Amino acid sequence: MNIIIVGCGKVGYTLVEQLNNEDHDVVVVDERPEKLQNITDNLDAMGILGNGMSHSTLLEAGITTADLLIAVTGDDEKNLLCCLIAKKTGHCQTIARVRNPIYNEEIAFLKEEFGLAMIINPEQATAMEIAQIFQFPSAIRVDSFAKGHMSLLHFRIGPNSPLIGLQLFKFHQTMQRNVLVCTVIRGDEVIIPNGDFQFEANDIVAIASERRNALEFFRKIGAAKSRVGNAILAGGGKVSFYLAKMLLHSGIDVTIIEIDRARCEVLSEQLPKATIICGDATDQSLLMQEGLANAEGFAALTGLDEENILLSLYTNRVSGARTVTKINRIGFHSVISELDLGSIVYPRVTTSDYILRYVRSTNASKNSEFEKLYKLANGKAEALEFIIKESSSVSGIPLQDLNLRKNTLIGCIYRNGHVIIPSGQDMMMEGDSVLVVISGYRISDIREILED
Amino acid sequence: MNYAIILYILGCVLKFEGAFLTLPTLVGFLYGENSAIAYLVMAVICFLLGLLLTRKKPSSSNLYSRDGFVAVSLSWIVMSIFGAVPFLLTKEIPSYVDALFETISGFTTTGASILGNVEALSHASLFWRSFTHWIGGMGVFVFIMAILPLMGGSTMNLMKAESPGPSVSKLVPHVKDTAKILYGIYIGITLCEVVLLCAFGMSLFDSLTTTFGTVGTGGFGIKNDSLGSYTPAIQNTVTIFMILSGINYAAFFFLLSGKLKDMFKIEEVRWYLGTILLAASLIAFDIRGMYGSLREALRHSFFQVGSIITTTGFSTTDFDLWPEMSKCVLVILMFAGACAGSTGGGIKISRLVILFKSIHKELSILIHPRLIKKIRMDGHPVEHEVVRSTNVFLAIYFITLMASTLLISIDEFNFTTNFTAVVATLNNIGPGLDFVGPTQNFSIFSGFSKFVLMFDMLAGRLELFPMMILLMPSTWKRS
Repeated sequence: MNIIIVGCGKVGYTLVEQLNNEDHDVVVVDERPEKLQNITDNLDAMGILGNGMSHSTLLEAGITTADLLIAVTGDDEKNLLCCLIAKKTGHCQTIARVRNPIYNEEIAFLKEEFGLAMIINPEQATAMEIAQIFQFPSAIRVDSFAKGHMSLLHFRIGPNSPLIGLQLFKFHQTMQRNVLVCTVIRGDEVIIPNGDFQFEANDIVAIASERRNALEFFRKIGAAKSRVGNAILAGGGKVSFYLAKMLLHSGIDVTIIEIDRARCEVLSEQLPKATIICGDATDQSLLMQEGLANAEGFAALTGLDEENILLSLYTNRVSGARTVTKINRIGFHSVISELDLGSIVYPRVTTSDYILRYVRSTNASKNSEFEKLYKLANGKAEALEFIIKESSSVSGIPLQDLNLRKNTLIGCIYRNGHVIIPSGQDMMMEGDSVLVVISGYRISDIREILED
Repeated sequence: MNYAIILYILGCVLKFEGAFLTLPTLVGFLYGENSAIAYLVMAVICFLLGLLLTRKKPSSSNLYSRDGFVAVSLSWIVMSIFGAVPFLLTKEIPSYVDALFETISGFTTTGASILGNVEALSHASLFWRSFTHWIGGMGVFVFIMAILPLMGGSTMNLMKAESPGPSVSKLVPHVKDTAKILYGIYIGITLCEVVLLCAFGMSLFDSLTTTFGTVGTGGFGIKNDSLGSYTPAIQNTVTIFMILSGINYAAFFFLLSGKLKDMFKIEEVRWYLGTILLAASLIAFDIRGMYGSLREALRHSFFQVGSIITTTGFSTTDFDLWPEMSKCVLVILMFAGACAGSTGGGIKISRLVILFKSIHKELSILIHPRLIKKIRMDGHPVEHEVVRSTNVFLAIYFITLMASTLLISIDEFNFTTNFTAVVATLNNIGPGLDFVGPTQNFSIFSGFSKFVLMFDMLAGRLELFPMMILLMPSTWKRS
C-alpha cells in the first residue's frame, strides 16, 4: 500500500515504524526538517519537506497514486483541511486525527462531510482504555472484542497467588472451564502456553472470557476488586477530560488535579460535576488532602512520563487505589514493565493500533472481516478479531483438525449472543466473531492462521 | 456626562407621559367626570414641555453607561412628579407629598397607597392609578424603544438600567425588536386577562384596572378590600395571571417560538414555580382551620403567595390575621421576589439561586482549598462579573433596608410596621403587616418617612444601582 503520513510527531513516528514493519511504502510530509531527518535516518521511509495542506507538496508526495493519507499534525484544522485537499486531488482514503472535544461532538458530521475513512482521537481512545480498567479493576488491561461481549483480560500474578507453580492443564481442571489462558508475558518474552506451562509470580497472564465468568475466576484466585467508585486524575489534559466525562457518565466521582489555573477554569466549565483542584499533582500533602489514601482509582495523566511513574509508585504505596499510568514515550520499556505501576497506557500505541487495524482491514479478503487489533507486549504478539463472512478453509472444521501455524490460538468464539471458549471439537462458523491470538507473524486474513 | 442628551430623553419621556395621560382623560369624559379636565390640562402641559425639550436633537447622541443610568432614574422621578399633579388638581389627594407617594407607588408597581377610602376616587383617577402600574411594569423605556428609533446601539444602556435581573440579554439582535417582542407579549397577556375577567362577570372598567395591576405586578385595587369581594373564579384567574407575570419574559418568547422544552429548561422558572408550590402548600396547611374548606384555604394561600412573590400586593383576605408561621413565610417571599426579566420586583429568584450556589461553592472550597468551580445557571457558567454584581446588589439591598428602617423609625411605630413597610416598598409589593397591613394604608407616616419610602420604591424598581449612582458625586462631574 502507498501511504502518505502528514505530520512527524510522536504518533507519526510510531505509525511510520509500524507501517514499515508491515511492508507498506510510506512517504512522510512535514515542515520541520529536523523531524523529517529523524524519521528518514532511523526508518525506511521517504521524507518530503513542505506544508501538508499544499496541493503541490501533496502531488510531490505522490498523492495521485497513494492509497491512504493519514494526517496527524498537531492541529485538528490542519488535519481536516489536509484530508479534504487530498480527497479532492487523489483517489485515496483519508484518516485525520481530531482531538478537540468540540469537534469530537460532531464527529459523525465531519466524517461524512469530509469523506473521511476514519477519524482518530488518541486521547479519547486512551481514556476509553483507562475507563475500562476502572470498570473492571481486577485486570490491569482490558481489551474488548465483539462489542464488549468477549474480553481479553490481563492480570499480574501476585506473590501469594494460588496460581504460582500450577501447570496449565491442571489450571483448567481445578479452576474454571470457561476462561482460556491466551498469553503469558514473562520478562521480555511472550509465551502462548501449552499444557505443561507452569505459572510463576509476576507473570502477566491474559485470559479470554466473558466478563462475569472472569469476575468469578478472579474471586477464586483472590484477586477480585469491585468497580471503582471514585477516582483521582492527576493532570488535566485532554485524556483527563475525556476520561472524566466517561467516568462521571457511569456514576464515578472524579477529582482532577491540574496545575494551570486557566485550564482548571475551562475544565470546570466543561465538567460541572467533577471536582477540579488547582494545584501541583506531585505535592504529596495536596494528594492526601484530596483523599488519595481512600481513593479507589488513580490515573497519572500529566505531560511528564517521569512524574506519572513517580505518582503511580507513590499511590501504590499509600493507598489501595487501582492505578493507571500514562506513558507517552516508549523508551525503557523493559525497565518500566518491571515496576509496580499497575496499568500502563501508551496513547501513541493505542493510536497506531487503531490505524493499523484500518490498514489491515482494507487488505482483508471478502470472506472474513477484520474487526479489531490489539498489540500485546510491545508488539511481540497480537490479539485480533475476525468476523467470518463466508465459509472458507477455516470454517466448519473442528479446531483440532485445523493445521494451525505455530504460536496461534483461537481464544474465543462469539456466536448468536453466546461466548464459546473453544475446545478441540468446536468449529468456526459463518457469522462468528473469532478472537485469535498470534505471535511471531502478522496476518490480515483469517485463513493465514493455517500452515501453508 | 452628556446633559444635552439626558434632557432630550426627559423630553421624550414627557411627550409619552402626555400621551398616556389622554387615556384617563378619555375615561373621565366617558363617565362625565370633572376630573377629566385636570388630566387633559396635565396631558397638554407634559406634551408641550416635551416638545420644548426635544425641539432639536443634540449634536452628540452618545449615551454611555453612566448617562444611561442617570437618564433612567431621572426620567422615573420626572414622570412621577408630573404624574402626581392631576391628583392634586382634582383635589382627591390634597397633599402633594401624598399624591407623589401614590404616583411613585404606581409607576414602580408597588401598590402601597396612602388612601383610606379608594372607592371615593373618580373613575379617571382610579384608571390613571392602575394605568401607571401598566406603564411601570414593563418599563417606559422599553416602550419608547419599541416605538422610536432612539439612538442606535447605545440604547442597550437604557434597557440595562431599567430591566430587572442580574444580567440583561437581548432576545433578538436589535434592541428595538427585542422591545417590541417584550411589549407584544405584555399586551398579549393583558388582553387575555381582560377577556377572561370579563367572561367571569367583571365589568370592563374593573377588569381593565385589575389587569393593569396584575400584569404590571402593581397591586392598586379599586375596592377598599382589594379583591376580597370578587368571586372565587375571578380571584383564581388573577392568581394565575399574577404568577404568569412573575415569569421571565424570555420564557414566553421561547414558548412563542415553539421551543416549549427550552422554557422549562430555564432554571429560574423551575425554582420560581417550585417555591410558589411549596410556600402555598405550607400556608394552606397552616390556615386550614380559619376557612370553611381546604379549597378556600388553598385559594387564599395561592392568591397571597402569588401576590407576594410576584410583588403584586393584591389581597383577598386580611393576611395580617393569619398565624405567625404563615406571615413569616409571606415576609420571606417578599424578599425573594419574582424572576429576572419579569415585571416583578424583589431580590429576584435568579439572584438568590446564584447566591445559594455561591454559598455552596464557598463551603466546598473550605473542604478542598484549591478547588476551582464555576457557578452555573441553565447549564452555562455564570460570568464572574455577574456573581460579583449579585453580591454587591445584596449588600446595597440590606444597607438600604437597614438605613430606611432606621430613618422611618423616627415616627415611633412598632418594629413590625417599620420593617415590613420598608420591605414592602423596597420590594415593590405594597401591603406589609400590622399598621401597613392589607386593610391599612401608608398615610400614617410623616412626610419625611414618605420620602424615604418613595426613594425605596424607586430604588427597588430600578434595581438599586441607578438610584445609588445618583448619590455618587463623581456621577455629576463633567468629563
